[in-house]
Amino acid sequence: MTNDYLLCKKIMKKNGIPVVEIRNLNHFFGEGNLRKQILFEINLTLKSGEVVIMKGPSGSGKTTLLTLMGGLRASQSGSMRVFGEELVGAKQQQLIKVRRNIGYIFQAHNLLECLTARQNVQMSIELQNGISPTEAKAKSLQMLAAVGLEDRVNYYPQKLSGGQKQRVAIARALVSHPRMVLADEPTAALDSKSGRDVVELMQKLAKEQGCTILIVTHDNRILDVADRIVELEDGRLREGSLVDSFIGR
Amino acid sequence: MKTPLSWLQLTHEKVRLLVAIAGICFADFLMFMQLGFRDALFDSAVILNEAIDGEIFLLSPQSDALIAMKSFSSRPLYAALGVEGVKSVTPIYLDFAIWKNPVNRKTRSILVLGFNPSKNIFNLPGINEENLAKIKLQDVVIFDELSRPEFGPIPELFQAGKTVKTEVGDRAVEVQGLFSLGTSFAADSNIFTSDLNFLRIFPQREKGIIDIGVIKLAPDADLEAVLNTLREKIAAGDVIVLSKEEYIEREKKYWQNGTAIGFIFALGTGMGFVVGTVIVYQILYTDVADHLPEYATLKAMGYTNNYLLGVVFQEAIILALIGFIPGFALSVFFYLNAASATGLPMIMTVSRAGTVLILTVGMCAISGSVAVGKLRAADPADIF
Repeated sequence: MTNDYLLCKKIMKKNGIPVVEIRNLNHFFGEGNLRKQILFEINLTLKSGEVVIMKGPSGSGKTTLLTLMGGLRASQSGSMRVFGEELVGAKQQQLIKVRRNIGYIFQAHNLLECLTARQNVQMSIELQNGISPTEAKAKSLQMLAAVGLEDRVNYYPQKLSGGQKQRVAIARALVSHPRMVLADEPTAALDSKSGRDVVELMQKLAKEQGCTILIVTHDNRILDVADRIVELEDGRLREGSLVDSFIGR
Repeated sequence: MKTPLSWLQLTHEKVRLLVAIAGICFADFLMFMQLGFRDALFDSAVILNEAIDGEIFLLSPQSDALIAMKSFSSRPLYAALGVEGVKSVTPIYLDFAIWKNPVNRKTRSILVLGFNPSKNIFNLPGINEENLAKIKLQDVVIFDELSRPEFGPIPELFQAGKTVKTEVGDRAVEVQGLFSLGTSFAADSNIFTSDLNFLRIFPQREKGIIDIGVIKLAPDADLEAVLNTLREKIAAGDVIVLSKEEYIEREKKYWQNGTAIGFIFALGTGMGFVVGTVIVYQILYTDVADHLPEYATLKAMGYTNNYLLGVVFQEAIILALIGFIPGFALSVFFYLNAASATGLPMIMTVSRAGTVLILTVGMCAISGSVAVGKLRAADPADIF
């Protein structure tokens, strides 16, 4: 690491480093004649502690962009910096390192059916080194209490309602204090009341931990939790739309 | 301790786990039975060879096994008496004849063994002074009490004090004693008698043309030295000189290599292995396929591919171990029953249990390594 880099990092920290910095990102699927461009010249910056909602119709490339930011997919061209790490051309090992600083919440809760709520949350803590089993268990219980499931810790996902499962997923995503939470349609499988509760809970906890949230959604009812809304259409990003104009404030 | 995901994953779906255990149990049972029968065959094939009390054996080079004996002149056997260290020699006549069941008159092939009854050369229960004295009489034989029932209820009749008379070949004989040898794949029943009676049963056989020459050494004789001397002096074209070990080995080798039996049992064992592999693969594959999104989520959280490979392999090993236990128990039970039903010596040995355990683990490891191919599909980018 050069001195320049360290200095740069220090200044960035002082001014609040962008958690994600995307410059001129293009992404393609397929090979040869079937090669199709999905994302066009994306520029996006997510600052620390921001709650950003990404809107857009189906097939606009939202999930692709999310998976690129989360290190789940290899970035092809342009620049994709997550926590200051360049992900374009990054090795698998670097991607795994980035993933461990990100909490994911998916449309389907994807909890392990064979594990209780507490064990599911604990799986996330166990990725960190040097945490004793007792400590891991205590943290998991604490996190489940924070999402209001203290009396459901030993339930298997089968026995939980959709909203409860999604809350376990939130606890799992946040228990390791990630620097960023990526949520892909977190409310899609929920009714409006529990969808709203889940998003508010997510926002509240993330704010407490000072972590950045990016929510991909086309659920208009939850737009007001965002500090900023971006819109993706046909692979092109329209940045800077004000929240107020969307929700008619 | 970290969350034991492989164990929890396996035990979460009880029915699937039971199916898996039943499958492995069945595969293990198949392998145990095949290996058990194979070893029982090889063990039973050499009971007679082992029971002969001698250190050196003379055979025709064309004799491969008890069922395929070529006779030879006893002259070299008596010549061996002149070698230092040789205490005594005994010729044995051996052949198969047709035995008539004295109750229902049905006939079966029986092994007839003739030797000079003045000296006991067998370590078998029932071959004692009393019985040896009896077979000195004309047309008297002693009967193997471990024979298959098709030969007639001879032991029962004999113990009830009745005279058991029947025909062997074209000769009328009387059973006046019992001994214990046991059935083998070569013979389902055996009778022993004197050399003279043997020649009466087989009138076409010549005196002095024998099947096995047994040499007993003096207590202080050096086996290797005597073997070497005998090989130099008397092993011409028509006789070979073997130590007891080599003699038993020769008999076993015949059954292993000279017949399809060894191959058939190896094939049966292989089939058990394949059946087990397919079942375990099916279970592991379904497990991975059913939990693909969950595994992908683990990858998205930052778990490595190796961790997930580890989970699947642990599941394979756990299945192997817990499937082995009922398979083992079932096999021990069937060994006991098979032993009494067939008269073959079937016992569970540590080495066979070890072999099958290793095969089971191998079976599950192979299934595991095929099933993890599916894990590559657990790519978080493709699932979400």
